[in-house]
Amino acid sequence: MKLNELTIKEAQTGLREKKFTAVELTQACLNKIKERNAELNAFITVCEESALKEAQLADEMLAQGKAMPLTGIPFAVKDAICTAGVRSTGAAKILDNYTPPFNATVIQKIREQGGILLGKNNCDAFGHGASNENSMYGPVKNPINLDKVAGGSSGGSAAAVADNMCIFAIAEDTGGSIRQPASFCGIVGMRPSYGRNSRFGIMPMASSFDTVGPMTKTVEDMAIVMQVIAGNDPLDATTVPEIVPDYTSEINQDLKGLRVGVPKEYFEAEGMDEEVRKIIEKQIKNLEAQGAEIIDVTLPLTKYAIAVYYVLVPSEVSSNFGRLDGVRYGVRSEAKDLFEVYSKSRAQGFPEEVKRRILIGTYALSSGYYDAYYKKAQQVRTLIRRDFDRVFSDVDVLVTPTSPFPAFGLGEKSSNPIQLYLADIFVSPAASAGIPAISVPAGETSAGLPVGLQIMGSRLSEGLIMRVANNIKK
Amino acid sequence: MSVSTEEVKKIAKLARIELTAQEEQRHAITISTVLDFVNTLNEVDTEGVEPTAQVTGLEDVVREDIVKNSTIKKELLAQMPQVSVGLLKVPAVFSDSEDVI
Repeated sequence: MKLNELTIKEAQTGLREKKFTAVELTQACLNKIKERNAELNAFITVCEESALKEAQLADEMLAQGKAMPLTGIPFAVKDAICTAGVRSTGAAKILDNYTPPFNATVIQKIREQGGILLGKNNCDAFGHGASNENSMYGPVKNPINLDKVAGGSSGGSAAAVADNMCIFAIAEDTGGSIRQPASFCGIVGMRPSYGRNSRFGIMPMASSFDTVGPMTKTVEDMAIVMQVIAGNDPLDATTVPEIVPDYTSEINQDLKGLRVGVPKEYFEAEGMDEEVRKIIEKQIKNLEAQGAEIIDVTLPLTKYAIAVYYVLVPSEVSSNFGRLDGVRYGVRSEAKDLFEVYSKSRAQGFPEEVKRRILIGTYALSSGYYDAYYKKAQQVRTLIRRDFDRVFSDVDVLVTPTSPFPAFGLGEKSSNPIQLYLADIFVSPAASAGIPAISVPAGETSAGLPVGLQIMGSRLSEGLIMRVANNIKK
Repeated sequence: MSVSTEEVKKIAKLARIELTAQEEQRHAITISTVLDFVNTLNEVDTEGVEPTAQVTGLEDVVREDIVKNSTIKKELLAQMPQVSVGLLKVPAVFSDSEDVI
């Protein structure tokens, strides 16, 4: 096995047992990036020099017996997350030259635990998209089939992990941006509960939805990274004070007596792929064979989740993106006056979808439309949350497909925004409710495309959903 | 629900995004499609339902108001599009040109 193909757990063991060095491990990842990035476009920035320097330091630490959980483990970061001293564009030209002077809290924590930053992953600009075709640095291709999308918005991170260009990645999930590409590329991706992980240093998209989470090769690796990054942060007032449980031991428990809910709405969606349905149904039978009790449940508001999302998210976007104006940082366009500085910098620095969302949000929040759109969507959001609260009194977790279909073709859905929005139909509800959800590989279609299974749990049940995910065998 | 090109022009001005004529036409079509789609929310009875603005239930999260030294002035200045004598340089804020909403 090549070093870059190792999991975090395997790499930790190998480094401690001196089977290989952190420099060798890092070089193996860098070699893979060199070999494949021109094809996949998974990285916008690669930190070859600094990564190798960090690896040398890691080897010294290891030699002195001072290794920490992630010492010498190379990782990649979605470009919409700030990394100190390393260019962070958010995949939009308005930040083409932006080098943050600080780390996002989650990145700071990983760096303090010895993680080696390999580079920054391509994504849909600022997380706006479900196919990674809205990047101003070109689309990301699916490593399993180059004619297919990698999913989005964290498509670059998913492709990088799936293609073994890194050992793990850190990405961001506002409405499915970690889980959907994880399912399309055949890896593990989790959106934590809103408030579990700090968002300080994440480029904000929709603040009442945004979360940050890991993308990994195994569930065990997911638990290892979550153990490092979860927890309260004074720099993010939305982080909750609850103590972080011991995820790495919790995931090894069996499923006996666990109540698994199967919401019928997630199997009846329009455009549902038959093969995907069969793979998920087979996995549900496997869970039953392992001692779980399978219970049919209903979440009637599921079909409205995307509509709620596309009112509230553009509204929050239109407000959050006021900061991107070419004045204090980023790219300022040539202009004759201040108004033009704003309007030209934003015209040249945002791709079409970002502009569309800002315009929709500006419209929805404008006087005369606020109650009809924003308030109405917030009320339906309450009903979606109640739907989940109700079922979680009867079941411990919910199991669904992550996406109604496997990875679709590049360009296939890019001409119609609604088509693309609907790709998030199964991942969006958890985002509205602020509950945790994980996508884990469940099988492959006859064409060899990965299919992801999603497990959702009540707020702060990350350990439980990872435990169920750890018992899914492809 | 359809949005006209004129309305798109107005929103774009409010949002400070310069659009070409083609973009205005394209956004009028796609935004109308999106609004039609989100209007399905009207099928849901929300009479008397509290709106959700946040999901954590946290209230009044405060911290001590303590002054801290920032050590990254140089790095912040390096990110600014235009700097003059250690300060951010911006175009004139007030002008004689026509009123801007």
